[in-house]
Amino acid sequence: MRVSIDVDRCQGHGRCYALAPGVFDSDDLGNGVELNGGIVPPEFEVAARLAVANCPENAIALDEGT
Amino acid sequence: MSTDERFSGSFADRFEDGPLGVDNAVINGPVTDFATDFDHTDPMWVADPFPILDDLRDRCPVAHTDRYGGAWLPTRHEDVSAIAYDTERFTSRSVLMNNNRPPLDMAPAGIAPPISSDPPFHQEARRVLLPAFAPRAVAKLEPGTAEYCDSLLDQLEGRSIVDAAVDYAQHIPVRVIADMLGFPQADAELHRQFVHDILESVNDPMEERFQKIQGVIMYLWGQIEDHAESPRDDLTSFLIDAELAGAPLDPIHIAGTMALLLLAGIDTTWSAIGSSIWHLASHPADRERLVAEPDLLPTAMEEFLRAYAPVTMARLVREDMDWNGCPMKAEDWVLLSFPSANRDPEAFDRADEVIIDRQVNRHAAFGLGIHRCVGSNLARMELRVALERWLARYPVFSLSDPDAVRWSGGQVRGPRTLPISVPL
Repeated sequence: MRVSIDVDRCQGHGRCYALAPGVFDSDDLGNGVELNGGIVPPEFEVAARLAVANCPENAIALDEGT
Repeated sequence: MSTDERFSGSFADRFEDGPLGVDNAVINGPVTDFATDFDHTDPMWVADPFPILDDLRDRCPVAHTDRYGGAWLPTRHEDVSAIAYDTERFTSRSVLMNNNRPPLDMAPAGIAPPISSDPPFHQEARRVLLPAFAPRAVAKLEPGTAEYCDSLLDQLEGRSIVDAAVDYAQHIPVRVIADMLGFPQADAELHRQFVHDILESVNDPMEERFQKIQGVIMYLWGQIEDHAESPRDDLTSFLIDAELAGAPLDPIHIAGTMALLLLAGIDTTWSAIGSSIWHLASHPADRERLVAEPDLLPTAMEEFLRAYAPVTMARLVREDMDWNGCPMKAEDWVLLSFPSANRDPEAFDRADEVIIDRQVNRHAAFGLGIHRCVGSNLARMELRVALERWLARYPVFSLSDPDAVRWSGGQVRGPRTLPISVPL
């Protein structure tokens, strides 16, 4: 599984790194950034889906494939 | 002695010409029909706006009023979000619906940057503030906030009825933001008065409003002068030193941003804390579950923010246009009701129910698009800590007199009187 944040849509609500701290972190401005190049370790897949589903700006794409 | 020439001379001189912008006639009196004559200060709206918003969403869904010189109220999530994203056709030059439109030449900064700023200026002005409100900066404020919450609760020891709004919620954000700005703690009552003067008295006569606004500006100016002479490690000194596009900030920009941080930082969070306690006081099953499962608080808190979103924003229409069948005129207000968007059944399952373990909650309590609340990380920290400390002290509590609860009117909604019975 892989996640990627659309930096043009992200407004720094901070839901992703609050809900999936193993998958996302905050930059110095509070915007979300992917950890580990966006590759989601299996144990964080549930959290990653939750983060995607809670982004108010619909800014996170999720690819189940990789 | 300050050597910074930006702050020489009297700030009052800059306002010697009196009220600025364009005033419209104030319309008072009871609302006849919220679809065609809405007023967010009407007593029925203030007591409980949600049935009104639900009704409008079903039958309207964009309400209009001639009050405030003409205004629109979209109620569906889809419409609220479309307007929030449309910074071309809707300007943020003023975000507080009242009977005065600020002068056009205040754009692009507006009166309180960056909330009142439009692109591209907005992004630069916002960038100045973001690091101070990013998660790592906010985390440092958490221990002090928890300690302050506990000290407020200590003072309530021995009472069987406490006012969760007056004795608790209203103090927390005032202390946090005043400390961040480096304002005297002794001025807390004055800061709350500013909130009342500016945000809640939107339909007062403009001469009275102007006097009050001037009072706030003069206070902030005094703080700026004081900090220019004796710089400290706080947000006010930070703004005095900050640069935008390589130049120091204009003093009016500094004062406007300080006004924003002070006013927007206070009654919003105070409202969120109060509404959450009100919900738990009137829904014992939710309270019991949260006491039994404290790890649920971050999830429950998001649901309180969805269901009782404290903040409604405003925009001004830039040019005459037909917007989804609405004949909007230039300078009409649009109220962006995030509370209504958050209750739209098209956007949320069981939108009218408060479900404290709701897992998918894409709510818009902190806005959508480029004007996402700059203080959202701070607000969430304060709300979580305030509820944690309250629940730790009072695992059992209830409304002592539901009819005595009073809510604020205008664009920020929360309980202002909230009597709660607690075990002795």
